[in-house]
Amino acid sequence: MKILYFAWLRTKIGVATETVDLPAEVRDVGALVAWLKTRSPKHADALANSTVVKVAVNQEHVPYDHPVGPGDEVALFPPVTGG
Amino acid sequence: MTVKVQSEDFDVGAELAAMTGGKTGIGGVTLFVGLVRDMAGGESVSAMTLEHYPGMTERQLEAIEAEARERWPLDDALIIHRYGRLEPGDQIVLVATASAHREAAFESCHFLIDWLKTKAPFWKMEATPEGERWVEAKESDDTAAARWTKPA
Repeated sequence: MKILYFAWLRTKIGVATETVDLPAEVRDVGALVAWLKTRSPKHADALANSTVVKVAVNQEHVPYDHPVGPGDEVALFPPVTGG
Repeated sequence: MTVKVQSEDFDVGAELAAMTGGKTGIGGVTLFVGLVRDMAGGESVSAMTLEHYPGMTERQLEAIEAEARERWPLDDALIIHRYGRLEPGDQIVLVATASAHREAAFESCHFLIDWLKTKAPFWKMEATPEGERWVEAKESDDTAAARWTKPA
């Protein structure tokens, strides 16, 4: 699965993208974010407060109970501030 | 109906002329132009860098433009949003809507900028005397967008 990070999530974690092999038990966004936290102390720090970690699956905004699978493009980012 | 995501500046007059040229059924155009301010949260801002999510940005802007077209009788709609490094006074965003009547043009333009602020994947980083900092989302932006939610 391809993971993309934007804005301060990208700078805190230190990479813009990474490709991960998903454990079988990770089937939704909430489980994915929880699993990503275990990858490094930087991940744990960046993802600590899930209220400011928004998620898009295949370029659509989704809630934490949205399903994810190995072929998905998943992006994690803070609340948007354009306009 | 057009969406452009670009680093280059835009010419509001030229965009307006292109939108209305030869289309004499248009009775009014509403334009919103967003600019970089030189102050934020009591601190001076010397520059702003806009990051975005290429691909998703265009998809989200096209989706909200399609939503506006469904809800108001529009002859045309245009969204231009810049990314990259900008300085105070620079143009960030243009939203333009054209309709036979002013209500549809005003309301749809207001809707588009409010929804864009909460749905389009852009993030601003400001350069201040204290260093660079990511802009935090405002609750007031969510409130502004929520007023356009259709009753279930």
